[in-house]
Amino acid sequence: MSKVEFNKETGPREVFCGLTSIVWLHRRMPDAFFLVVGSRTCAHLIQSAAGVMIFAEPRFGTAILEEKDLAGLADAHEELDRVVNDLIARRPEIKTLFLVGSCPSEVIKLDLATVAEKLNKRFLGQVRFVNYSGSGIETTFTQGEDGALKALIPLMESSDEEKLLLVGTLANNVEDRFKKIFRNLGISNIESFPPRQSTELPKIGKNTKVLLTQPYLSDTVRDLKHRGCDIISAPFPLGIEGSTEWFLAAAKAFKISEVKVHEIISPLINRAKLALESHKEILKGKRLFLLPESQLEISLARFLHNECEMDLIEVGTPYLNKDLMKEEINLLPENTKIVEGQHVEKQLDRVRESNPDLVVCGMGLANPLEAEGISTKWSIEMVFSPIHGIDQAADLAGLFSKPLKRNQILTSKTLVTH
Amino acid sequence: MELTLWTYEGPPHVGAMRIASSMKDIHYVLHAPQGDTYADLLFTMIERRGQRPPVTYTTFQARDLGGDTAELVKKNIKEAVERFKPKTLLVGESCTAELIQDQPGSLAKGMGFNMPIVNLELPAYSKKENWGASETFYQLTRTLLKEKVSYSEKISPLRWKEFGRRPKVNILGPSLLGFRCRDDVIEIQRILSEQGIDTNVVAPLGASPDDIERLIDAEINICLYPEIAEASCEWLKRNYGMEYTNTIPIGIKNTIEFINEVHEKLDLPLTNKKELENKSKLPWYSKSVDSNYLTGKRVFIFGDGTHAIAAAKIAKEELGFEVVGLGTYSREMARQVRATAKDLNLEALITNNYLEVEDAIKKAAPELVLGTQMERHSAKRLGIPCSVISTPMHVQDVPARYSPQMGWEGANVIFDDWVHPLMMGLEEHLIDMFKHDFEFVDGHQSHLGNTATNTKDILNSDEKKEKNSKEGIIWTESGRAELTKVPFFVRGKVKTNTEKYAILRGIPEISDETLYDAKAYFS
Repeated sequence: MSKVEFNKETGPREVFCGLTSIVWLHRRMPDAFFLVVGSRTCAHLIQSAAGVMIFAEPRFGTAILEEKDLAGLADAHEELDRVVNDLIARRPEIKTLFLVGSCPSEVIKLDLATVAEKLNKRFLGQVRFVNYSGSGIETTFTQGEDGALKALIPLMESSDEEKLLLVGTLANNVEDRFKKIFRNLGISNIESFPPRQSTELPKIGKNTKVLLTQPYLSDTVRDLKHRGCDIISAPFPLGIEGSTEWFLAAAKAFKISEVKVHEIISPLINRAKLALESHKEILKGKRLFLLPESQLEISLARFLHNECEMDLIEVGTPYLNKDLMKEEINLLPENTKIVEGQHVEKQLDRVRESNPDLVVCGMGLANPLEAEGISTKWSIEMVFSPIHGIDQAADLAGLFSKPLKRNQILTSKTLVTH
Repeated sequence: MELTLWTYEGPPHVGAMRIASSMKDIHYVLHAPQGDTYADLLFTMIERRGQRPPVTYTTFQARDLGGDTAELVKKNIKEAVERFKPKTLLVGESCTAELIQDQPGSLAKGMGFNMPIVNLELPAYSKKENWGASETFYQLTRTLLKEKVSYSEKISPLRWKEFGRRPKVNILGPSLLGFRCRDDVIEIQRILSEQGIDTNVVAPLGASPDDIERLIDAEINICLYPEIAEASCEWLKRNYGMEYTNTIPIGIKNTIEFINEVHEKLDLPLTNKKELENKSKLPWYSKSVDSNYLTGKRVFIFGDGTHAIAAAKIAKEELGFEVVGLGTYSREMARQVRATAKDLNLEALITNNYLEVEDAIKKAAPELVLGTQMERHSAKRLGIPCSVISTPMHVQDVPARYSPQMGWEGANVIFDDWVHPLMMGLEEHLIDMFKHDFEFVDGHQSHLGNTATNTKDILNSDEKKEKNSKEGIIWTESGRAELTKVPFFVRGKVKTNTEKYAILRGIPEISDETLYDAKAYFS
């Protein structure tokens, strides 16, 4: 492991909670509904993070707890029953219903597991119920996906069939590209988790080789290990370097030669390098500060330094699993400052002191920093854009070069006014 | 428990944030978990604010719950006070903190600060955003002014005469994330100033705690947004005898009535009554012949109480529409909305469920919807033009240009915003008159948009299919020529119907005659 500086910070945070991940999970599994059991705040959070109004009826909603539900727990269970019945009557196409715990439901210890069990019996063969917590007292942003996937693992049947299992939500087009490349490498049995249909869960077992596509899946990984799966240790497929190492690690697990991998991905690498050039020109030598939010920060820092030649001031992450991030940390430049956790005020003091060229941050902080003359990139865009893989490396770089380029345009004087 | 897919209002602590963020020298310590920090983006993204809301979230976690969350609250209060040095501190809790009962307000009061501390108790499981904003503004006003009550005489609205100066009023209620508040305030101040009336304080928007303490320097209060300011106005009336206005100056009639009400309360003679009629272009625009087509247009109205009621009056009395539906999501305003609906022979729709509103729109079959951003989307799905008249706020509702809803300019804005989505009057007339003319056919897109199909698209797609339909039916030259003569907005339908007819009758080639046969068959 390279000499990386690890720091921990506690204090007031400025991050999304795990409920936010419903925004991409529901799109990945169009036959699933996500029912948050929570407060008006939960409903307001999700609609503020997602463009809910564009849906005639979104496939997520909130069962809002009211005063009478807080009085006695038996009531709350019955009320939830009623809400679920209404919902299923209204949306008969729903195959899986996720009961999602929230801060208030966790604090009042509403037992969603028991509720799910009862509902599973009643709706046997029609709808499956699973529960997990997306609460902000336990999860940050992307950790919501970790919880949702972990909750699905007990429903996955066992099989000793050899397969490659890609774990973590990917954009559909990226997933298709990856599968094509793996097939070209000679790996034919490839599945994804989460799948595109909630009912088509992959079977897993001792010959399942898990390749993570996202860095925020600690709990899911642990449970997959318990089911006998092999976890392939690799950096994450962001940028050319990360993706190359990722393909190589998978190939090694399937005893495919490095030569073969290079033979197949070399043309991709060459054209990706070409595409990356114009972005690199803008990013090179620029100083980057990443505030914590998505847990993608370490991989992004590695890509932006190693391939785009940016200088790293500070790499924040809401949570650090050193084991899972081992390969990534190894690729970071020496003396990289990683800060786990947050004291948002102190961190913003450091942002101002270090005068970065670009800050990766949440939406609440972006405009205030811009108003201070600091360019920003919203971290939420990383989870909504197809950024994985060699072919997307330039697009990923583009997310960061665009604010700088725009800044340049707006401050330049190219036209003379007559 | 209530199933909610989308909500018109946020939780009450977001209302408190609206007050805190609207003001200067105030800080709000909110006992809340980390996810609640999303609310910052409402201000920084929707309002495009260049400053963070003055809010410190304690962001307690599950592991803190076993320990001492009260200590965490105190630590955050201490740090926030040291860092931000507010003149007044608001302390409260969000839904989750309400359950763990740390009583952050009491904790703050025990910490020995010598600034006013407002303890906000906003029940998250029964109340909503506007109530929270109203309660916060009320508690703040009360905290800052209660000490002075006993020394103060009742404030006479006529005392400006004794003082030998122009009358002074406060404008209360405008806040961030309120609909067009920024511009309404400018418009109303301009109108009052023209009438020789000075603005003492605008609050909460742009006010500091010092300004709140100065509220009692004015003679009366203008209650501009009752959802936010009525409770405070009522308290100032009870304790200081300050009168407040009831008329909301949206639309010409209400603006004139508002000016009258202010003059009556202040006992100030209204000298330019006649001029008022001509201050806005709305009355003449509405009277001009082009607006004939507006007569009896069916309009469905839904929004917050204040804007919905005002919209109903303007629609009916100033634009000559027929109001076919009226409703609000503001339960606090339900009584007034019901009364207005009754005057229109309607039953008011009081609901927080947008699907119910969408169903009501479908049933009422209006030609125009005046609603929130959600109704704009519902109307889009139903193919009905829509104009947005109310919160919840969307980035579109914070336009760069001056765009009030109140006063004379507000009436101008309303005329344009409501009428443009409808097809322009003369244009509609002309389309109807000339729709069979050959020259008319191409490129004249209807403002309604939803039924229009571009000729080019149809012809291009025909070419791709080598002039044949997908069922293998051939369009002959005469058939194609005739199709281009059909008005663009029904051409797609005529094409489909003719093909359907040809299949039905087993006709392999469509000529001009087939078109007319089909037309007769389907008419």
